[in-house]
Amino acid sequence: MNRDRINNGTGTNFDECIKCTICTVYCPVTAVNHDFPGPKQAGPDGERYRLKKPYFYDEALKYCLNCKRCEVACPSEVRIGDIIQQARLKYSKHAPSLRDRMLASTDFVGTMATPFAPIVNGMLHLKPVKKIMDKVLGIDSRRTFPSYSRELFTEWYKREAENEQLKYDKHVAYFHGCYVQYNYPQLGKDMIKVMNALGYGVILLEEEKCCGVAKIANGLVKEATRDADINLRSIRKAVKHGVSAILSTSSTCTFTIRDEYTHVLGIDARDVRDDVMLATRFIYSLIDEAGAKLAFRRDYHKRVAYHVPCHMERLGWAVYSMSLMRMIPGLDYVPLDPNCCGIAGTYGFKKENYDYSQAMGRPLFDEIERAGVDLVATDCETCKWQIEMSTGLPVQNPISILADALDVEETKKLNNL
Amino acid sequence: MAVRICEDQDRHVSYCGCRRYSFGRRLNIRRYNFVKVKNVKPGKTNFMTTKTNRHYDVIIIGGGATGAGTARDCAMRGFRTLLVEKFDFTAGATGRNHGLLHSGARYAVTDPESAQECIKENMILKRIAKHCVDDTGGLFVTLPQDDIDYQSVFVKACVSAGINAEIISPEEAILLEPSVNHDLIGAVRVPDGAIDPFRLTVANVVSARQYGASILTYTQVIGFEFAQNRVVGVKLRDNRNGEIWSEYAEVVVNASGIWGQHLARLVGVNVHMYPAKGSLLIFGHRINNVVINRCRKAADADILVPGDTISVIGTTSSRIPYADIDNLEVTRDEVDLLVREGALLAPVLAEARILRAYAGVRPLVADENDPTGRNISRGIVCLDHAKRDGVEGFVTITGGKLMTYRLMAEMATDVVAEKLDRKSACRTATIPLPGSELDKAEEPFGKKAHIIQLSTEQKAAEERHGSLAEEIDFKTEYDEALICECEQVSVGEINFAINKLHCENLINLRRRTRMGMGTCQGEMCACRAAGILVKHNRCAERTLRDLSSFINERWKGMKPVAWGESLIEAQFMSWLYEGVCGLDKIATPLDKIDSK
Repeated sequence: MNRDRINNGTGTNFDECIKCTICTVYCPVTAVNHDFPGPKQAGPDGERYRLKKPYFYDEALKYCLNCKRCEVACPSEVRIGDIIQQARLKYSKHAPSLRDRMLASTDFVGTMATPFAPIVNGMLHLKPVKKIMDKVLGIDSRRTFPSYSRELFTEWYKREAENEQLKYDKHVAYFHGCYVQYNYPQLGKDMIKVMNALGYGVILLEEEKCCGVAKIANGLVKEATRDADINLRSIRKAVKHGVSAILSTSSTCTFTIRDEYTHVLGIDARDVRDDVMLATRFIYSLIDEAGAKLAFRRDYHKRVAYHVPCHMERLGWAVYSMSLMRMIPGLDYVPLDPNCCGIAGTYGFKKENYDYSQAMGRPLFDEIERAGVDLVATDCETCKWQIEMSTGLPVQNPISILADALDVEETKKLNNL
Repeated sequence: MAVRICEDQDRHVSYCGCRRYSFGRRLNIRRYNFVKVKNVKPGKTNFMTTKTNRHYDVIIIGGGATGAGTARDCAMRGFRTLLVEKFDFTAGATGRNHGLLHSGARYAVTDPESAQECIKENMILKRIAKHCVDDTGGLFVTLPQDDIDYQSVFVKACVSAGINAEIISPEEAILLEPSVNHDLIGAVRVPDGAIDPFRLTVANVVSARQYGASILTYTQVIGFEFAQNRVVGVKLRDNRNGEIWSEYAEVVVNASGIWGQHLARLVGVNVHMYPAKGSLLIFGHRINNVVINRCRKAADADILVPGDTISVIGTTSSRIPYADIDNLEVTRDEVDLLVREGALLAPVLAEARILRAYAGVRPLVADENDPTGRNISRGIVCLDHAKRDGVEGFVTITGGKLMTYRLMAEMATDVVAEKLDRKSACRTATIPLPGSELDKAEEPFGKKAHIIQLSTEQKAAEERHGSLAEEIDFKTEYDEALICECEQVSVGEINFAINKLHCENLINLRRRTRMGMGTCQGEMCACRAAGILVKHNRCAERTLRDLSSFINERWKGMKPVAWGESLIEAQFMSWLYEGVCGLDKIATPLDKIDSK
């Protein structure tokens, strides 16, 4: 049977649902919030009623995290998460509020904040400021904000790295994403370090916007579509230019470009889908298929727990990050149960969701606390904020861990560079 | 089969011969668990009319739309009325058709009289049965293979019948209904719609009861009581326990559709019926929001009707022997034909998920005063057997269509009134049915809506029961819990149906609430609903057998279309009920009671 068919006249494959309810069992929201009808109800079942009359749209669909765990669980490959996202975009009568716009416009806010990074960072930690944001905007005062970097990643790249990178024979394009750009350029630097050690130069896309996941989640379709078009144009250009792949260090950015553009925004991105991938997957395939080798420092000793972000589960790529980390001899690898951390991007920042968000993440936090690790690894930046805030442990991207443990000179030698 | 009667008779609905004792032991559950139910008075079946030995003015046989409508009309005119139905309301042709609210356009060319009746009733029903009607509008489309000249003939006939038919361009038609075949070359807009025959019939029953009528379901007429040349009563059998008794009335109305031929024979008169089977397919979701017809001479599979959350394509038409009217099977050829022809109306039908197939029998009647039965009448046939055959006290109302049920009821009641010598005006066309009393703007949960957002199940209940939805409890989390997830039926609604709408088994519940009519065809809701039901009837044995027959009945309709997702669904259902619950081992279906 052709599982991809969406030709029942509705644009989604909801009528392949056999009502087994496994999705609802795996939904992290249903477990903590009884106002949310659960993915089956909100998705395939609700869709039949919405097709009858838009009147049947239930505003409780806003509680959906878009974590896609329902889609991973579904034995019939119904794209439940997509159905819910589409219904929200199509039927919701709530216009995005100022807060939603602020949280979603990562590019705009980031550009405004970085020049004043020390001031902004200081302000965001002040209790009165937090209280005001809580009362006026509805951003929960208990939430810790990620701090802004003083310098944009792209500025650093142009100044320090660009000329160097162009000298390599082989290139990958790097979709850095908002987090690397505005908050944590170090991850981008780590990425360049690892790729260079394997003989690949890292170039940037001609023009890059936010992948749009936050805008989709907050109902800003027009803005998300505009950004997606810009990104896709750049990606297509890079592919034409002959880069080996377009890599990202964020599982959510990767997932959004690969699948959400096509399924939720309705922009056909299938031609470049296979070119966009996560850095760890690319590196793993170099090792697995092209015989590349990695050498690690002997003095690296750390106990690391790996949390699989929800969108990583959906991509099915956790195995690559996991395998790479397990190659590091000094790394004591602790697997974690598949649980959602609860933050889901901008979701956990919102006052009305904060408690649910923390309740969803509680099993994960408890497990991490019990594991007695030095640090936690995860591929998603918002999971990182959530775990750092809720457990107090440092969280790193697997690429950063790799860069930290890598013996660059030795690796180059092994790969005959 | 050795059947033991329940030990605690006083606390138990007595008609059921159950083997609860042995059953309880097998499932290792405590014997009295299910009798300790709060809020239900022991032994009281508050939803049923019990035998009263009253003398009635009129007894109406048949719980379809016509019978229920006649009962309502009679009761409204103040007659002491009894309605008897051998199984459940809408178990016959009423529940097995398109659910199309005809504008009459389909009959305009060939049968102007029917067309005029239809458009009149169409406008009346939109007023008195708002909650049963979905005013979608309809299209008559001309495809490239059809004769476009027919369109002008058609429109002319519509206009002269008083039907507002308006020619629109193919582009407008596509805009109006995107799922229509985009190759169409012509389109006419007519005031067709969808009507829910289950709701319509039950609303009539509820209304009849409000006006004092007595209602007996699962009670079959097995003979008549005569006094000389006069029918004075009916001999009844309770189909649940086999009990036999008689009820007496001045007039007996035979409103039993195709089964009327058999009843007439019991009286000793001839009414010739020509059973014509029509098969239909139900699609998993609402494919179209506007009724789509082919603009050509009426033929097979040329109407696609959106009904509640689904769409129905139909029908086929084939004559069957009278002996077969209780055993209708949808054949493979019929399914093929329906899908093939249906896809010409809306191409998406070729690939959309099909939930089930069903067939009904059109009660075509031989012409009124022609006992040889050569000429078929397509219209309403109201026979006063006193005039026709010299048998006093017996009236047959048959033929017609769902659309004209009210008119048929009015005609039959007029004859009854004449016989009773109590002439009175019919008010059924002006007084709204229970559920449709409120204006669309005043919603039953209107007040609440300002405070909290309505849940989907509340919205769905409101759509289904109209203003009657007020009586549904949504007080606790338990009331709001879903029984049927596909069709959004809550515990509160099931309780309401059991208490107020004559439900004693799962099939009744399905017809009253749409429970089990959705995508999963009862897979999730059947055993949940059985759990609620057992609290009311307090007999686990009977409910288990009921559950078994419900699942069988669902499978019967899925079988002709069992491929793709529907087959997977059926397989999953069989794992759940046979594999996990072992239902096939512990309960035999109650097929004898209601095989439909």
